[in-house]
Amino acid sequence: MSDWYRDFANSGVGTTLVRQLGLPRPAVLRRYTPGQPLLDGPALVGSAGEGRLRAEIEAVLRDDGVTVLSPAIADGGSGPKVAAVVLDATGLTTPADLASAHDFLAPAVKRLGTNGRVVVLGEVPGDAPSPALAAARQALDGLVRSLAKELRAGAIANLVYVPSGAEAAVPGPLRFFLSGRSAYVDGQTVTLSAVDAPSGDGGTTPLAGKVAVVTGAARGIGASIADVLGRAGAHVVAVDIPAAGQALAAVANRVGGTALQLDITAPDAAQRLVEHLVQRHGGADVVVHNAGITRDKLLVNMDSARWNSVLAVNLQAQLDLTQALLDAEGALKPGARVVAVSSQSGIAGNRGQTNYSASKAGVIGMVRAWAPAFAERGATINAVAPGFIVTEMTAKMPFGTREVGARLNSLQQGGLPVDVAEAIAWLAQPASAGVNGQVLRVCGQNLLGA
Amino acid sequence: MTRKAAIVGGNRIPFARSNKKYARASNQDMLTATIDGLVARYGLAGEQLGEVVAGAVLKHARDFNLTRESVLGSQLSPSTPAYDVQQACGTGLEAAVLVANKIALGQIESGIAGGTDTTSDAPLAVNDDLRHVLIALNNAKTLPDRLKLLGKIRPGQLVPDQPRNVEPRTGLSMGEHAAQTAKVWEVSRESQDELAVASHHNLAAAYDRGFFDDLVTPFLGLTRDDNLRPDSTVEKLATLKPVFGEGEGATMTAANSTPLTDGASAVLLASDEWAAEHQLPVLAHLVDAQTAAVDYVHGGEGLLMAPAYAMPVMLARNGLTLQDFDLYEIHEAFASTVLSTMKAWEDPAFCKEKLGLDAPLGSIDRSKLNVNGSSLAAGHPFAATGGRIVASLAKALHELGPGKRGLISICAAGGQGVVAILES
Repeated sequence: MSDWYRDFANSGVGTTLVRQLGLPRPAVLRRYTPGQPLLDGPALVGSAGEGRLRAEIEAVLRDDGVTVLSPAIADGGSGPKVAAVVLDATGLTTPADLASAHDFLAPAVKRLGTNGRVVVLGEVPGDAPSPALAAARQALDGLVRSLAKELRAGAIANLVYVPSGAEAAVPGPLRFFLSGRSAYVDGQTVTLSAVDAPSGDGGTTPLAGKVAVVTGAARGIGASIADVLGRAGAHVVAVDIPAAGQALAAVANRVGGTALQLDITAPDAAQRLVEHLVQRHGGADVVVHNAGITRDKLLVNMDSARWNSVLAVNLQAQLDLTQALLDAEGALKPGARVVAVSSQSGIAGNRGQTNYSASKAGVIGMVRAWAPAFAERGATINAVAPGFIVTEMTAKMPFGTREVGARLNSLQQGGLPVDVAEAIAWLAQPASAGVNGQVLRVCGQNLLGA
Repeated sequence: MTRKAAIVGGNRIPFARSNKKYARASNQDMLTATIDGLVARYGLAGEQLGEVVAGAVLKHARDFNLTRESVLGSQLSPSTPAYDVQQACGTGLEAAVLVANKIALGQIESGIAGGTDTTSDAPLAVNDDLRHVLIALNNAKTLPDRLKLLGKIRPGQLVPDQPRNVEPRTGLSMGEHAAQTAKVWEVSRESQDELAVASHHNLAAAYDRGFFDDLVTPFLGLTRDDNLRPDSTVEKLATLKPVFGEGEGATMTAANSTPLTDGASAVLLASDEWAAEHQLPVLAHLVDAQTAAVDYVHGGEGLLMAPAYAMPVMLARNGLTLQDFDLYEIHEAFASTVLSTMKAWEDPAFCKEKLGLDAPLGSIDRSKLNVNGSSLAAGHPFAATGGRIVASLAKALHELGPGKRGLISICAAGGQGVVAILES
């Protein structure tokens, strides 16, 4: 599962060779480890117009011990390297103001070091009182996506839309996009909701005392999600089909959690899950719908068994379990977090995967439709859409297909299961209260469906 | 102070026919995996339990501390004590009784009772003659003495001693003993085959409805007992030739006798308080248990008939009749054993003369017997059967609701038997 090409391209002779041949040189990404500082260097913070978030941004950085540099000493891009560039673009009033965004970013990005972070914060285009203002705000989306494609050496750029009243919700997302947790999240836009969110990030165990359910937890991305949630302090209820029980038990024991052998498509699955959560754990704080299957065939050759089984596991079970958890007294604790695993295929489509893509697109529809009801309960529901993630499944792909698939993104490499898990664990945190109804791609800004 | 021990739940690996899926697994491998499955099910990683008690019938000399070694290899806290027990096929149930008794006395708050057996990795011992020479060799002081002893070794001494499935005092296999009893009680071939088919159908149905989802954890790629034949029919079974007994009267076939099997099981027991503290369910309580032994060598009683003797003692002590139960689990060592035992309890002469009762214990409602299958379908890794039965029965009683009673009867080699009462 190691990335031989990335390792080669970063070796002594490899670096020279790929440079001379003009080949891509994927970086070794800075991934989160417990105790790691938010950033490995100073951050440049600037504004486009009269931004209203400078105080929140600088408070987060200073709380985490990051030196904040102001644009006055940005010095035309010739200063020392910085680990992050943060632009408060909430002060935009016209498209002409975007010039100030360019004025700040151009020299700042020049100073961005390896695995650098660019975070732009703007107002929500849909809330704009005039078409011109909406255009200015929406323009940030194009700017950030293109900048993300220009960045090299593992650097990423993401955009956070902050409506008025959502200031308290900013620190969680800001920390995520600056930290090593977002290593494979690139060119994404997240729109916050105006809610109260707890200040502080909970340190290394933001989920201490929480109960987190993960379906499909026996292997692959699901096992990694269990690991990361367990590391964050949650008691993990690891769910998978009975036939996967041996691997499931190993995962549960590894994270000090509980194994629940359950076929989530069984008629009584929802009832059994609810009973287990209520009786054994006093309800769940976090539910991760990760279980998924593929039964690939071209549409014209696909039998109904392939179609039905994929829809049943990947979509209907998510709907049924979520509804049952909402209905049952005490099954979901206050402030619950539901995260559904969608897929790049659900956004971009994929040849031979009409059933899978339908189910994964359906998941996106589900979280968006459910978000207002969750907000009323002080809860959230979001989707994460992984791109090319290196797993046992991709290891079985033909060499050419796999290598091309892994490079077709701004980071020029496949992601790891832990990258998906980090994004999910972030959404599961109390500090992510303002992130609701969002679809976060963990794809290194894949070209497909971008 | 006494209190009744709670049965929280259980775990077993699917049972595998001898020399199949678990051919390379040792008793310790299987017991460790089974404990780990139980630990995962009940979120006990790193937990220190009061005691783990388990055993194996066929045991290597190296496994002198089998259960403790399994605990050390498991996810339980290494400070959990453990010891081995062995009572032939009664091992698993006896282990549960031992753990339950310590809980009842307040000596421990929680414990695991289990058992494991492999007939694929059976111990082969050095032939006794050779062993004597080797021990003398080890004690010899001079080279000439040693050479002299080495010269005593003969080719015949190099053949290892194999464990045999026979009673040491009679030289008869358990099946041959059971065939004698079947003849005494005139147990028909048809009734044995019917019982075997019911066992397969009941076990298959229990798997299909997800009954074993929280009782079994797959092992080495096996997800269900590989002896299970869901499509078994009386007609098919009728075509088999008898393997035990002789001549016209022989009724016991490979299908109505349990095959040699590999597997392991474990049951989590606790005080009600411990279960509540850990937010764990109480499926049932272990109410009482009784062992008995019969003189099958000289006394004219069948090798596997001891449970028939243990039962009235336990019933009388609890003021219960044989009919006061909602579910019955009579271990299917052989279909004929189950049927002989039930015939004995129905027989006025046996109950009066052998059991000293004024009236027979009476009959059992067959619709309440082994409702989720038993050893004929699942297989019978000797020491693992008790744990399988205790956990399955506790769950079945729990499903029926509170206050339901279940009865367990297990026969064992050496003319022994263990019976127990569970109540939800």
